[in-house]
Amino acid sequence: MSAAATNVARLLYRYVLRVGDLSLVLGQRLGEWVGHAPALEEDLGLANVALDLIGQARLLLAYAGELEGRDRGEDDIAFLREQGEYLNPTLVEQPNGDFGQTIVRQVLIGAFQLELYERLVDSADERLAAIAAKAVKECRYHLRYGSDWLVRLGDGTQESHARAQSALERLWPYTTELFAEDDLDREMADCGIAPRLAEVHAAWSVRINALLAEATLDRPRDRAYRWFGKQGEHSEHLGYILADMQYLQRAYPGARW
Amino acid sequence: MIAAAPALGEAASDRVVSAWRALGTVEDPEIPALSLVDLGIVRFVKTDPDGVLQVGISPTYTGCPATEVIRQLVERALNDTGVGPVAVIHVLSPAWSSEWISSEGRRKLAAYGIVPPRDADSSRPVACPRCHSEDTECISRFGSTPCKALHRCRQCLEPFEYFKCI
Repeated sequence: MSAAATNVARLLYRYVLRVGDLSLVLGQRLGEWVGHAPALEEDLGLANVALDLIGQARLLLAYAGELEGRDRGEDDIAFLREQGEYLNPTLVEQPNGDFGQTIVRQVLIGAFQLELYERLVDSADERLAAIAAKAVKECRYHLRYGSDWLVRLGDGTQESHARAQSALERLWPYTTELFAEDDLDREMADCGIAPRLAEVHAAWSVRINALLAEATLDRPRDRAYRWFGKQGEHSEHLGYILADMQYLQRAYPGARW
Repeated sequence: MIAAAPALGEAASDRVVSAWRALGTVEDPEIPALSLVDLGIVRFVKTDPDGVLQVGISPTYTGCPATEVIRQLVERALNDTGVGPVAVIHVLSPAWSSEWISSEGRRKLAAYGIVPPRDADSSRPVACPRCHSEDTECISRFGSTPCKALHRCRQCLEPFEYFKCI
């Protein structure tokens, strides 16, 4: 392999982790609702979304393992990396909060995933394109679920509206990171592997504006932010998720079931 | 609609024919009324240059817990048929679509009490499988398995499952 090709494979490995870790951490977070959702239907709904996300993460992390070329499988990558090696955006590791906060997070990140996967379907990397083609259908369905609830909460009672608006104010600053293009994003876009984030941002904005209007919620102002989870700099919350998620593999190395 | 039934040309070997026949008897672990072939998840059966029978399978949902079980069921069914060495391959693209469920599969789903997915361009409401009323509502976009949603009939008041259209 030429030096240039090796470099692209190394960058692609990091990029695939970035997309895969988003699904993995969000799936793990949503799984915390099992047995705790406000109604059985929502328990099933959130668990089903989580299941699809974990499924997407498996495909992506298995691919990352192949790109890395160190003989690590999807489980090694999911369960044996340190916090700083996770490349998910900070938004998805934020606590579930109340049901309203989970729904707001779901809509903000769900719309991003949908716009991203819709473009990754045309990626120059065939494997990533194939995974995106599968994931995009699931994400479309997830967003319909989240949007229905966002409108019911936002345009519901005074209490549900206030809680949804407050969740939106709290989570909004984390959305800036999704669209802040760094070297990795730029190189992947230059190779035709990933879309330009400015394009994803514009499409996301249109979608979110329409949803917020329907839900009678106000779009918060963009503010300065400090976290950069997609480069491995996480908020305090990821460590707790990993402690829970990785416990078994750490306590019983090589455990199988 | 894409027919899930195999296109058996002159070239199809006895092994391929036996394999399709065997796969047609493997029940889906979540919806035993349907075979894997009815469900449209068997994408191809072909022999590679080394004589290994390749079976392409598309998952319905990436997180569907049945995917691993399906792989084992396929391997077992083909081993029992004695078709020689087999390799099960996961095919992601093109992504599985509910449109790939065969007409036979749709008939079996309906008989089993699960409303089959509608055509993508259909604007008709989902009809109740018991009283056939079209006065129904969706009570949950997600049901007991990743591929189903929960609906309720406003006429006979019975809840029923609808196979999600993706």
